[in-house]
Amino acid sequence: MGKIRQRLYVIGALIVVSIISLVPRNVKMRVRDSVSGAMKDTTVRRVPINLGLDLQGGIHLALEVDQSKGPVPDCADAIQRAERVVRTRIDEFGTTEPVVQIQGRCRLIVELAGEKDPARAKSVIQRTAFLEFRITDMKNQFKAALPQIDAALRRAGIKSRGAAPPSAVSQLFGGDSSKAERDSTTDANTPGVLSSLLFQGQLPGEYLVPEEQSPLVDSLINRPDVRAAMPRGIDLRWGSQSESRGARAYRALYAVDSRPIITGEELVKATARRDPVTNQSIVPFQLSHRGARKFSDETARHINDYMAIILDNRVQGQPPVIHGQIGANGQIELGNKPLQEASDLALVLRAGALPAPLTIVDERTISASLGADSIHDGVLAGVVGVVLVVVIMIGYYRLSGALAVAALTLYCLFTLAGLAAFGFTLTLPGLAGFVLSIGIAVDANVLIFERIREEVVHGKSLRLAVDDGFLHAMNAIVDSNVSTILTALILYAVGTGPVQGFAITLIIGIIASMISAIFVVKTLFLIWLNRRPDMVTLSI
Amino acid sequence: MIRLFANANYDFIKWRRRAFTLTGAIMLVGLVFLVTRGVNYSIEFTGGTLVQVEAAHSVPIAKVRAALDNVGLNGAELKNFGSDTSFVVTARIGARSAEGEAGTQAVADAVARAFDQSVGAGQYRIERREAVGPKVGRELQGKALLAILFSFLVTLIYLAVRFEWRFGLAAVIATAHDIVATIAFISVMHLEVSLVVVGAVLTVVGYSLNDTIIIFDRVRENLRKYRRQNLYEILNLSINETLPRSVLTHGTTIATTLSLLLLGGEVIRPFAWVMSFGIFTGTFSSIYIAAPVLLWIEKRWPGEDARGARTFGSRAPATPPPSVPATPPSSPASPPRAPQPAR
Repeated sequence: MGKIRQRLYVIGALIVVSIISLVPRNVKMRVRDSVSGAMKDTTVRRVPINLGLDLQGGIHLALEVDQSKGPVPDCADAIQRAERVVRTRIDEFGTTEPVVQIQGRCRLIVELAGEKDPARAKSVIQRTAFLEFRITDMKNQFKAALPQIDAALRRAGIKSRGAAPPSAVSQLFGGDSSKAERDSTTDANTPGVLSSLLFQGQLPGEYLVPEEQSPLVDSLINRPDVRAAMPRGIDLRWGSQSESRGARAYRALYAVDSRPIITGEELVKATARRDPVTNQSIVPFQLSHRGARKFSDETARHINDYMAIILDNRVQGQPPVIHGQIGANGQIELGNKPLQEASDLALVLRAGALPAPLTIVDERTISASLGADSIHDGVLAGVVGVVLVVVIMIGYYRLSGALAVAALTLYCLFTLAGLAAFGFTLTLPGLAGFVLSIGIAVDANVLIFERIREEVVHGKSLRLAVDDGFLHAMNAIVDSNVSTILTALILYAVGTGPVQGFAITLIIGIIASMISAIFVVKTLFLIWLNRRPDMVTLSI
Repeated sequence: MIRLFANANYDFIKWRRRAFTLTGAIMLVGLVFLVTRGVNYSIEFTGGTLVQVEAAHSVPIAKVRAALDNVGLNGAELKNFGSDTSFVVTARIGARSAEGEAGTQAVADAVARAFDQSVGAGQYRIERREAVGPKVGRELQGKALLAILFSFLVTLIYLAVRFEWRFGLAAVIATAHDIVATIAFISVMHLEVSLVVVGAVLTVVGYSLNDTIIIFDRVRENLRKYRRQNLYEILNLSINETLPRSVLTHGTTIATTLSLLLLGGEVIRPFAWVMSFGIFTGTFSSIYIAAPVLLWIEKRWPGEDARGARTFGSRAPATPPPSVPATPPSSPASPPRAPQPAR
């Protein structure tokens, strides 16, 4: 009797621990305030089982350093630095329980559960957010080099095609007829390929390109021979937005100094707001002490020059003129872009720039509704499966089957508790694995019951038959379960996300089934036999 | 009590040649499908883009197709997913020339444009969007293969430790059979091979192994118990003794996989198909592959206890019911299932 009591204590303890690990508890979560849109910490009561992205919806991204524009020597280092930046950004961007982790050497995994706007999340993560201030080409060095560039293109056999008629342009800009155009006309009867596409803008170093020609110009200025002909210390950068002059849309191309006077590294604060006068979205920012000193030195040297604010290689707005020394504060104008875009920009600026551009190598986005459908279907299938198993077991093994079913409920409890206690994630394949393992879980009981039956047929006493049945079935149960666990471990080691979820559920399920089928059922049998010592036939 | 197949005494091993023919035929059909149609790899393996869309109203599939062609996605595959308002567009990288990592993202955006045209902007919801670069796909292919090979190795070692290498080899051959048969099934059904399906194949491997081990465990025990019987008889005896268990366990497992197949939803369906088939092939291979192969291995490389080989060699497959043991002293023909225990 004492033995049974000990067993009952163990089972009771297991049940209590399982229930405790499953009781809804307070969890701290960052959630978006529906009114202000800001992130705040709140506590929510919920059952502590993590649902995978495929069940609650969300985004899974795998990012790598973009090597398409030249190899990055140390991708592991770049990814490690990128991880810190992305983590800071995500924490501020705010989704519940984000996952940011490095996989292997050079891959970054980002998982955002329940995120409703994947496109926005992607842009926040992927944005390099490299901010720099550069003085525009005040000495018109680029313009002076245009004939050489045109000559280089002509040598390469590139003919101008489909350039905008000069007449339209001269009308457009009135008296300020561009020198680029003059260059092209002076150059005998063949106009320069590049110069015919560029029109002088309002400030030094600014050129306008008809919107439809901008891909062509972009391909031209990225040619190696054109790059070689570029004047030293001058780079070309596109404007971020196209602007319309009259009926046509133009895109600005700026010739700027290669050396930035300051970069976003010195930035300590950035916010987003709407300019009360112009109603534009703006991002005011503040520089560190060191940055402010450097910035004021540089701006003092460049009074009356134009300063381009370049973010991720795009010039933001029209470069303002430097009227006097600028200290720690400045702002980026975003024009009529929505305020949310401005706040995203402020966020990425605060979090800092990525060390290198990241490219998405793997993306999975699942909507919350599809996830909810999957849960619904999975649970339905599970319930039906369990009912069928219960019917089969009780129908075939009668009272013993009922004991096995009782153990099966404990099995379900243990499995869920195992998932909760170790913080594993339940995925859709995991749910399928759980349903499947219910079918497999009774296998141990079937093995034992069949053994007991055999022993009874052999003419053993009930007590002995039960003991021997358990004993003899043990070898087969252990061997078969260990081999299944081994396969599941391999699956876990090799698989990703959902498949790992499946492997974990399978492993926990097997362990739980061994506890419930062997230990719990044996205890129930012992109680049963003790209560009815006079029993002659076993209901099995 | 109900006892299904109690005292069963079927000569399973006798039918091994027909079983081999049957499974060979299935594999051949699978091979034909495999060669003619190829494997329907999911984008996880090939790299590519998958977009699942739920439209607010029913839209003819031809209209969506036309819109996809319009945005230049001629190679993309379009099908309904469960209902006629649900569409899945799949564009694999292999179908077209070299697309970079960025290409898969661009395709996903193009698919959205196609639905803007055909269904109308705001009239649909993107339920699922996957864009897998070619690099990730190649990595996964390697990993899946590695997983299967590694599981063989581990099984072989485990069984060699727990039983004997002959048993381990027989179990691994049976398992390999299950994988080949399952691949044949997948190619005949033209199921999409995703990582989850590979997971299902590995689960089938585990399940089949489980089943084989249950029978081998009985063989191990019976070899010790009945010293006079040959391996052929012991295999038959063991399979018959474990038959009630097999029927019950496979019954409950089939009940759960069928409920997954019928009720578990579209996403999990390929998994459920593979599992359902796997239960059959796993059961089949434990009896008709693992056991005969063990017999054959014993014959080729007799162990210390090589009775199986000797008697098996002398017994033609078509000779009288093997349930009557060859050795006269221990042949109680009337209750055929229970030969006298040797102790």
